[in-house]
Amino acid sequence: MPEQRVVEPEYLILEAPRERKFITGSQAFAEAVKRANVDVAIAYPITPQSETMHLVGDLYAQGYVKDYYRAEEEYGAMSAIAGAVRGGARAFTATSGPGLLRGLEAIASWPGHRIPAVLGIMTRVVNAPLSIQPDNVEIAYLLNAGLIVLHAENQQDVFDFTLAGFVISEKVDVYLPVVVATEGFFVTHAKGYVDLPPEDMKLPPRDPYKAPVPPTDCEIPPARIQRDAPVQKSNFMSYLIHAVWQQEVWSANRRAAKWIKHYLGGLIEVVNPDAEVFIVASGCAAAQGREAQRYATMEGLNVGLVKIKSLRPFPTNELREVLKNAKAVIVPEHNIVGWLAKEVKAAIPNSGIVVDGPRVYGGMTLPVELIMDEIYKAFGIKKEKKTVV
Amino acid sequence: MAERNPIQPGPEGYIPNPASFQGCDLPPPGKALLYGEIVDEETAMREAAKALLTRKNPTIFPGPLVLWGWNADAMEKAKAVLELAMEIPNCRIIPMPDYRPKYPKIDPEAEINPNHPNLTILHNRIEVCIFVGVHCHYANLSLRMIRAGTNCYTIALCGEMGHEDAMVSLRDVHADEIRRFRDVLVEVRKEMGIEWEPKLPPENPSLPKEEWVKVSPLDFGEYAYLLIPRRGEIVEESE
Repeated sequence: MPEQRVVEPEYLILEAPRERKFITGSQAFAEAVKRANVDVAIAYPITPQSETMHLVGDLYAQGYVKDYYRAEEEYGAMSAIAGAVRGGARAFTATSGPGLLRGLEAIASWPGHRIPAVLGIMTRVVNAPLSIQPDNVEIAYLLNAGLIVLHAENQQDVFDFTLAGFVISEKVDVYLPVVVATEGFFVTHAKGYVDLPPEDMKLPPRDPYKAPVPPTDCEIPPARIQRDAPVQKSNFMSYLIHAVWQQEVWSANRRAAKWIKHYLGGLIEVVNPDAEVFIVASGCAAAQGREAQRYATMEGLNVGLVKIKSLRPFPTNELREVLKNAKAVIVPEHNIVGWLAKEVKAAIPNSGIVVDGPRVYGGMTLPVELIMDEIYKAFGIKKEKKTVV
Repeated sequence: MAERNPIQPGPEGYIPNPASFQGCDLPPPGKALLYGEIVDEETAMREAAKALLTRKNPTIFPGPLVLWGWNADAMEKAKAVLELAMEIPNCRIIPMPDYRPKYPKIDPEAEINPNHPNLTILHNRIEVCIFVGVHCHYANLSLRMIRAGTNCYTIALCGEMGHEDAMVSLRDVHADEIRRFRDVLVEVRKEMGIEWEPKLPPENPSLPKEEWVKVSPLDFGEYAYLLIPRRGEIVEESE
């Protein structure tokens, strides 16, 4: 392990020279953790998931991560993350699919406890029959907990979102957990080019005293699990404090937008802003959407792409602005419920222009041709279906 | 388009929208918030000073970061808070010593609590107040409840990035900035022709006279059981 020197987040994330590597998404997670000055990583690596937490375990062995252990199961892992963070540590964990849902009760309590941590999610099917294939329906379960949810398109995003995630999460006006989700297998197991800053640099250590809450709330033994729990009482004051507490979590979530813009260049990325028809997608579907947009342009069709990087905070205003003159909005997704299409419909005033799909699930790939079919329909172009036998 | 100056003294109603939901952003360094809009610090300070000099029962609520911050910066900040208090006519200081809900009943003359700050505001008929040294999360909870249920004008002197739900919010405020605010207040006071000889606020009426020679376990209140004293024991030494 090289001697690492502490540099400012602005330098490490935005300015430091970068070298191109060809690595998997799981390696990209680990490369970010390597430079993030992480105090503790706690894992319950569900089998088979991805090698992300195994690679982070290697970082512990090499000395990049100060502590690492395998929890008894996901609920234990997520609860231990909360305890470590409240004690002042910078923490990372990752999970997926059924494991995520097992830990969800603890995860959903993180925002209210003001837990700044980074959680990597390598999406996979959660429903029976059991499967280990990529399908991102589990992201739908995360959208209403107050977490900041970033959705990575590729290995580069995984690295950038994770490294910036630690910094954003610890901003005093945010102080919420950051989820970096990406499609399992398609991104975690596949290699892509990633531009990495030098590995002899790392973020400054976490300062637990620079916080909107006291660093620990354990003044009365045994340590109270909740922050100043008022909820055991049934009176108007208890309802009121819980109401404003929830408002504070969601206000903090909104405040994260400016930091996401600062460190990651925006909540969305727009290709061809003057397009008539837009593809709006996040994660891996954005990669396929990017290809579809390129094909459509080659065919002379005025198609644009909106890649949504941040699902929470959701880029409502940005979408309204970009889509204000759109004739149709195609939302390709890797799940059956169409959670992103619902979000987009709710965000824009003319939701009737949103096309529900195309969607694939259960681990199926998302061929560009499926998106092209919707583009042709949007332009009223009839294509003959050829049967090749 | 967002409403102009959306964050005004309440009572705003049963459950008002937080300022951030209304599109109010925290100010960048060197700027301040006035009624939810970003303005120059000087403008915000003058408006806050006018409120402190004209509204009834001005009160400072110092939080744990100045009350219990055992470091040189906190001590200097606490001194600056007292200097500011001396210049505000008839100012009182009511501390927010911790954030735990006070059941069954808070003593509203002795303290304010973020879980039910309106009780202290209403009991003491406070129409203008300053939050200083309160952790941002708890300050935000309080500021929203105060705006919802009282007519109190809130001023947040924040050591971090500020508070959207206060009528006036200054950011990066430490001892020097508090003294700068004090100077602005004195200037505004003179402009308004208000005569005032600087003096310390009155003692908190609900607190027993402090006896520093002997500390009894009873002085630890609900924490007393942690000391596990023998019956009748008097602790002669403590930290």
